Order: sequence, then structure tokens, then C-alpha cells
Amino acid sequence: MLTYQQLRKNLKKDFSGLRVVRLALLGDSATQMYAQAIRGYGFEVSLNIEVFEADYNQIERQIFDPESELYRFRPEVVVIFKCTRKLMQRFGNCTPENRFEWSQTVLGEVQELYETLLARLHGNVLFCNFPELDDAVFGHYANKTNASFLYQLRTLNWGLMNLAQKLKNLHILDFNVLQSRYGYGFITDTKIYVNTELYLSIDFLPIAARHTVDVLQSLLGKFKKCLILDLDNTLWGGIIGDDGMENIQLGDLGIGKAFTELQLWAKQLKQRGIILAVCSKNDEAVAREPFEKHPDMVLRLDDIAVFVASWNNKADSIMEIQQILNIGFDSMVFLDDNPFERNMVRTHIPAITVPELPDDPAEYMDYLRTLNLFETASFTRDDDGRTEKYQQEARREGLKKQFTNETEFLKSLNMVAAVEPFNAFNTPRVAQLTQRSNQFNLRTIRYTEEDIQQLANDPDCLPLSFTLEDKYGDYGLISTVILRKHTTHSAFIDTWIMSCRVLKRSMEHFVLNTLVNRAAESGFTSLVGEYIATPKNAMVEDHFQRLGFRPEGSFWTLLLKDYQPKECYITPKIHA
Amino acid sequence: MESLEILNQVTRIFRDVLDNPGIVLAHETTADDVDDWDSLTHIQLVVAIEKHFKLRFAAAEISSWKNVGEMCEVIGKRV
Repeated sequence: MLTYQQLRKNLKKDFSGLRVVRLALLGDSATQMYAQAIRGYGFEVSLNIEVFEADYNQIERQIFDPESELYRFRPEVVVIFKCTRKLMQRFGNCTPENRFEWSQTVLGEVQELYETLLARLHGNVLFCNFPELDDAVFGHYANKTNASFLYQLRTLNWGLMNLAQKLKNLHILDFNVLQSRYGYGFITDTKIYVNTELYLSIDFLPIAARHTVDVLQSLLGKFKKCLILDLDNTLWGGIIGDDGMENIQLGDLGIGKAFTELQLWAKQLKQRGIILAVCSKNDEAVAREPFEKHPDMVLRLDDIAVFVASWNNKADSIMEIQQILNIGFDSMVFLDDNPFERNMVRTHIPAITVPELPDDPAEYMDYLRTLNLFETASFTRDDDGRTEKYQQEARREGLKKQFTNETEFLKSLNMVAAVEPFNAFNTPRVAQLTQRSNQFNLRTIRYTEEDIQQLANDPDCLPLSFTLEDKYGDYGLISTVILRKHTTHSAFIDTWIMSCRVLKRSMEHFVLNTLVNRAAESGFTSLVGEYIATPKNAMVEDHFQRLGFRPEGSFWTLLLKDYQPKECYITPKIHA
Repeated sequence: MESLEILNQVTRIFRDVLDNPGIVLAHETTADDVDDWDSLTHIQLVVAIEKHFKLRFAAAEISSWKNVGEMCEVIGKRV
């Protein structure tokens, strides 16, 4: 972990060329060092975080005054950090009869801050919850009366979670969980707080900054999507090839527990939508056996999207996994107990995250939990089925090899697509697609669920979503396009995104045919497209050219009257 | 510990924290004489000195020193 001093040195480095993010930090204690640590940590992950820091104790003034410096700064993210000591003081000063419902009062204030902010700017709010602190007025009896500070504090933290589920752009930075990990005496230095109003200790600042930036990055669409697991001494104790299946360590006994815990964690990640892959130096049949037969295995073969067991070097195996999954190396985590393999993979694939697992398997999970590897900004039920989709993909790849002719292969898939406007059911997935897709994304505009709802009701917008299924299964919602009225006669393609899972299925032809029809129905005579380059979307650099659009400055135009429908092998789904 | 030795060790901490190997401290040196020694870096210096000498300053002490000499005097009494 970097020290505060190292983060501070980063401030003098060259930030030019890094992605700019505007972040406002509002606190009821002095936050200068926290602000510096956030900016310094941003450099570590290639972000140029411009921090606006209000003078201390200006939270309400900055938010309620529409003319304030905060709004002139136009932040994309607003971090609100209130400290428990101030809260405790405030509670102590309020009259006893107002203490019973006190947390509701504070929650009402938080909601008011949020609603005022969101009415005046377009962005996300990160509210730091309150590390628990007992005021020692009631002793343990504090748990038995709602007149106690502890009762109100816990109700408040719980209420913040409920509020965050209700308010889409409100996110909670869980300082309480960090305090339970590091301790009150570590996260704050009382003497310095008393002297200077700086609440967070110098040793804790880098940790606070890292977690703040973790959440920030997930909001920017940057997070891990895949966990690649070694087997021997990572997923179970012992060497399956030497020890045999009966002798590997797993289950409730002794060190086996450590591996079972790790498997359970991986299983829950899979249920949350993280893709699991196996990368092991083993004979494949031997490596698969425990997944099929060992009674104490938590992970089974159907949890694993890609299973690579061979004697190739692991960097090559991981590249093979990457090709099947078609996601960036920077969204992958590789777990392996062997330092040699870890270094080999790091050297050949610098973008991948490779945690430095402790020597003792008993410490694996404690260590992994501190890393916060799988921060996320969204969760939908659809996430759960992702592994199955990748397994279907592996079967399609198998079928494809039997056809020498691409067209015959596509026809044999019996593909059916449904076209729908944005509605309450698909809004979360559409928003998620705009947040997550980096490669097949023409303009990389990110939308929140609230934005999507607004677009759905905007008379100048024509938003479309596409689902696809074939004989192997349902891909779900895999593409979205947002047309905006550009001039009276032309519609602008504000957003065109497609999941890479459905590349080479003629889906983009189906989408364009649909767009042309819908645009014509709405009275437009042309479509206007734009490609905005990012480090990740080179795949669609020639997209409009390939589809027959003509260049016009930095834009691309397609005249509807000349359009010949593109060949595709997908039938539109007729709604009952 | 000798007063000169304390001053030498404190100087090394200042150079490290303020990232400036050219810093030379004397007992009369004040914050005005040293680039980047402001209220924020002061906190960093205090924490670094506490860690190095394995001592804890009292809250009131931190802001009471008029110059480096007074700081070293407090350190001298504790180590």
C-alpha cells in the first residue's frame, strides 16, 4: 500500500493525457489531505481527478446556494464526508425528547442534500457512512433503548443503505466497514483532529483514497469482470496429479476450510455476475474430476465459463481464455499460489491484476477481502446468468467448426431478435450496457437508469433495445441504439452499442435495417452517425463506412431513400 | 540523546517528508524559513517524528513550538 507521502509526491507528476474527472469534496472537518490523497491516488490508476474542495463546514451552503462555487465547478461526482465525532456532538446537544427519532431527521437532511444536488447538476453523490462509535452514556444498554446515540447511529447507517437503494445516483462509501477492519485508533488521530480538524489519520488516508477511487472507477465503467483460478494449492490443498482426488484438502477439516471459504467466495462472485475461469497446469481429465465427483467441492463445472487445463505456460492459457471471453485483460483477476506463475503472467500480461497471495492458505481470504477487487456500480438479476451464456458460446464455437460456410452456420442458429423501446423492465440492463460496454460502442456516452428513464419519455428521442436468442439459448438484451432528432429531416445516432458476445452474427445489419425503417416511419430522410475514438473502441472505427454511410466532416450520413436492406439471418420476434 | 543528534535526525525527517535534500535546520529555524513547511506538512512532520522517535506529542504541544529548537527540546525530554 502506498503511503500518504508517496501520494503527495504524485501531485507533482505529469497528469496530461489522463482521463479527467471532476470531483467535489465537501466535509464537516478539514479535508485538504483527503483531497490530496484522492488526486494522488487517481494518478496511480491513470485518472486526472480535478478536486474541488470547499472550505471546511460548507456542505449545506455549497449545496443550497445555486450560485455557489460547487455548481460553477460542475462536478461529475460529489463526495460528502461527515465525521462521527461531530455527529455525536450534535446528538448530545439536542434535547432528549428529540433523540428518539433523531436518525430520521438526519436521513431527511441527507435526502434533501441529494435532491438539491441532483436538481442542479448531472452526476453521482458518494456519501460516507458513519464509523460506529459508542458515546458511553448507556453502556451495553444502548442496544435496548432508542434514546441512545448508538441506536440512532446504527439506524442511520441502515437508513443510508435503504436510501441508496431508492436514490439511483446515491452511493455509500462504507467507512464503517473500514473502521471495523482497521480500528478507530488507526483511522483517526484524536490529537491531530483536536488540533487541526483533520479527522482521518495520515496512515489511513491512502486507504480512504483508494476506496473512494474504487467506487469512482466503477461509476466510470471500469471494474473487474472475470476471476481466473489456479487449482492445486489455490482452490484446494495439495496436488491433484500426485495426491489423487481422495487426498486433496477441502471441506470442514483443518486447512481444507481455507480453500472451501475461497470457493464459496468465488461462487458468490459468479452468482453476482463475475465470470469464473480455470487456468491450471494439469491433465484436463484429472483437473476436472474433483469438480464432478468430490463431495466437498463448492464449485462445479457449470460454475466455470472457460476451463483450461494443459501444460502450456499460463500466460498463453490466459490469452486463450481472453479470446473466448472477449473482454479486456484489465478487467481480469488471476489467483495463483505460485509466485513464479504470478510473475510470469504479470510480465507477459501487464494489464491483468495478480494479487500477491500470502504463503499460508489460512490467510488467503482475509487478504483478498482487504483488496476490494470487485467493486461495482450496478447489479441486475440478469447478471446471474452470464456464465451460462459463455458456456452456450463455447458450444456455438464447437458447431461453427462443422460448417465451412459462415452463412450456412448463421442460418443454422435460427436467430430471433426482439426490438423494444425502453421500459421499466429493460431500463436497468440498458443503463448497465451503456456503463459497461467499451469495445462496440460508437460514442461511449454513459447513462444512469434515471437518464434512461428520461430518454424514454423524451419526444425528440427514439430509443431502441434489441434482444437476441438462438437455438442454444437466450443472449438477453445485447444492443441498444438511441436516435435523437438532429434537424427536421435527419436523426442523429447518439448511441450505438452492441455486446461483443454477438459479434459476427449479422446483428449490426439487423439493427441498421430496423433503424432505417423506424427513422423513415418518423419522417426522417437521413441518419447521421459519429465515431468518437477511445483507447478501447478501435473495433468500430470503420463501422459507418462498412455499413455504407458517407463521410461528411467528422460525421457520417446515410440517405434513407437509397438504402438497400442488409442481408442478415435474424428473424424479428413478433409480440403476442 | 545529544541535542545535536536529535537535530540531525529531525533534519533527515524534514528532508524526507518535504522531499528536499537541501534543507538545513538550526534551532532558530521557523516555518517561514523552510519551503513547503505549512500547516498541512506540519502534521506529516509531527507524525513522522512521532514514529521515528517512538513517542507521542500532546495535542497542545503540536501547535506551540515557535521554532525547531523548541520541538527538539520536547523530543529530548522524552527519549
